[in-house]
Amino acid sequence: MTKRVVAAMSGGVDSSVAASRLVEQGYDVVGVHLALAKVKGHGGRKGCCTLDDARDARRVADRLGIPFYVWDVSEEFQKEVIENFVSEYSEGKTPNPCVRCNEKIKFAAVLTRSLALGFDAVATGHYAQIVESENGPLLYRAVDENKDQSYVLSVLNQEKLSHTILPLGDSKKPDIRAEAEARGLITAAKPDSHDICFIPDGDTAGFLHKKLGDVPGKIIDAQTGEEIGEHDGLFEFTVGQRKGLHLGVPRQDRAPRYVIEKDIKTNTVMVGLPTLLRVDVVTATNLIWCGPTPAAEFDCKAQVRAHSARLAAKTFHNDGNLTVEFIEPLQALAPGQTIALYDGERVIGSGTVVTTSRS
Amino acid sequence: MTYLDHGATTPMLPEAIAAMSAVMAQPGNPSSVHSSGRQARRIVEENRELIAAAIGARPIEVIFTAGGTESDNLAIKGLYWAQNSKDKNRNRILASSIEHHAVLDTVIWMGEHEGANVEFLPVDKDGRVQPETLRKAFEKNPNDVALVSIMWANNEVGTVEPIKELAAITHEFGSIFHSDAVQAVGCLPVHFQESGADALTISGHKLGGPIGIGALILKRDIELTPILHGGGQERDVRSGTLPVALIAGFGAAVVTAVTQRVSRANRLTTLRKDLVKRILATISEAVFNGDPENRLPGNAHFSFTGCEGDALLMLLDAQGIECSTGSACSAGIPQPSHVLLAMGRDEATARGSLRFSFGTTSTPDDVDSVLQFLPAVVERAKRAGKPAVKI
Repeated sequence: MTKRVVAAMSGGVDSSVAASRLVEQGYDVVGVHLALAKVKGHGGRKGCCTLDDARDARRVADRLGIPFYVWDVSEEFQKEVIENFVSEYSEGKTPNPCVRCNEKIKFAAVLTRSLALGFDAVATGHYAQIVESENGPLLYRAVDENKDQSYVLSVLNQEKLSHTILPLGDSKKPDIRAEAEARGLITAAKPDSHDICFIPDGDTAGFLHKKLGDVPGKIIDAQTGEEIGEHDGLFEFTVGQRKGLHLGVPRQDRAPRYVIEKDIKTNTVMVGLPTLLRVDVVTATNLIWCGPTPAAEFDCKAQVRAHSARLAAKTFHNDGNLTVEFIEPLQALAPGQTIALYDGERVIGSGTVVTTSRS
Repeated sequence: MTYLDHGATTPMLPEAIAAMSAVMAQPGNPSSVHSSGRQARRIVEENRELIAAAIGARPIEVIFTAGGTESDNLAIKGLYWAQNSKDKNRNRILASSIEHHAVLDTVIWMGEHEGANVEFLPVDKDGRVQPETLRKAFEKNPNDVALVSIMWANNEVGTVEPIKELAAITHEFGSIFHSDAVQAVGCLPVHFQESGADALTISGHKLGGPIGIGALILKRDIELTPILHGGGQERDVRSGTLPVALIAGFGAAVVTAVTQRVSRANRLTTLRKDLVKRILATISEAVFNGDPENRLPGNAHFSFTGCEGDALLMLLDAQGIECSTGSACSAGIPQPSHVLLAMGRDEATARGSLRFSFGTTSTPDDVDSVLQFLPAVVERAKRAGKPAVKI
């Protein structure tokens, strides 16, 4: 029987081409635009979502001749992603809202609803590959290393992967644009989105400041213990950050200082030389395996940001707790970040960072 | 394809298509004095007379507009401004809480931008404004109401309002009564003069005419401030070149719909009652909304406990059954129906509703199609509404 697929259509070029490919491959496709945030529209009172993106998605669906619906997941998104984002920051952590959205919204609420409504799978325009194996579906990095999004999908277990289709994993981004152009899709020339979707102006610190208010504290030199500045809230800083510290007292040798640590208990930001940013051992929880559960101890490569390098590491896991010992040096990592583990190009799984330390 | 969304729009009647086709190639602005203009004007005026006769109004009381939304805006803004400029004390607008958004949002806007004192009247569990409710609202301050706007029949749940009594109470207190009768003409007996209303909104595409044409029926002696200024057409109340072909199609549709009203209403009532009976007998989650008898003949409205309206809609759409949930915002996100909320339903019920609206092209096969698919669709939507399997 023909597979019935919900194509999540954001109104961007990637999901447009993904949906087009599925239609061409003979799937029974229904386009769904997820209304994630309630944004005031031009009409004032009744604006309830990103009308432009919804319209673009709808026009692509029209062109493909597939049904199209808007699903309102704004309540779930508000609770699971936005509120979680704010509360994680208020606890001094650095969350990744895209990972969270994939884990709790796209491949959870939306996937569950799709299956309940009689669909077989959800498809998105993410760049990563799902490969069937005798051990079930496995998640691999995309062919286009520049665009690879396997990191933000490292929260998909095999059950979810078995109901997911990623039609773009075998392609390079420029080819996708060319394909959109050739297919006459109105989204062909739309710029990529880079910012956090609920902070469209990119001012994360400002967004958090509005939510959390002033929480003034001290900035302290991690080596000398000397107070060298003040801040309005820990949430305005990221471990590894150099710019925007506004330090009153320069180091004698004029060497630049970085955010080394945020101490939530004392509400202080510790700054110092980049050597202090080195991380040797990481512990993590919230383990999700994207394939069969690995042995208790294994070698892998670990990645801690959406587009950072993969670094050789030794990994141990026991009872839902993960310890990663880095062999290649890692600079700057904060609690709350997602750590994804790779076996070559394959995603083994991921966890959420709890502690970092230097040996 | 099973089209059960005549409440949204109706297929054009052959009579309307023929009337428009006959006129469309003909040149002429009805305001021009030369021969082409005179011919165009003649078509406009003949159709004005036909429409007036069909709904119990005088030709001069028919003001052509671009449709129901414009007529509602013109009535509420224009009547309020005219009343209020004569008597500054008259700054209150009374409207039912189940009006179509064309009235609802206009009234809210008047409150937010024009300083109107807006009051929405509650309805009973069937969606009816009890005449006593209106009287009590007047008695709070008998002399400050600029106008009352209460729809003839509700577009979502189909309930018919006691227009004659409501208009009479309004006049007791020296105020003006407007009614949005978009859903009513051609389905219910609508006689402008006998109703007592001072202003009435009607629309072409809800009764087999073209989209983009409607009228405000306005008593001759009632003053109204225009909202469109320009060439002074339509008694200086609504400027803009008259769309001759649309008016020809509108006229033909009104005449046909009103002439055939009784036989069609009887046919649609039979279809609707059959659908309601069979749905209530086979689907335990179904709750019927609105007045069971005194309603639009082709309207059947249900809530399905535990289901999301948009899931029902999508699953029925996939089976070729076209109906609606009631209200949606411009991006297509279903909102809980303000009509059902006003009728005292909880939010979950107000989200899980479906409107089936029969019309001229409906047949008993349409009822069979609904019954063939709806039970399984409700079952599925219920599971999706409360997902049992988390993965």
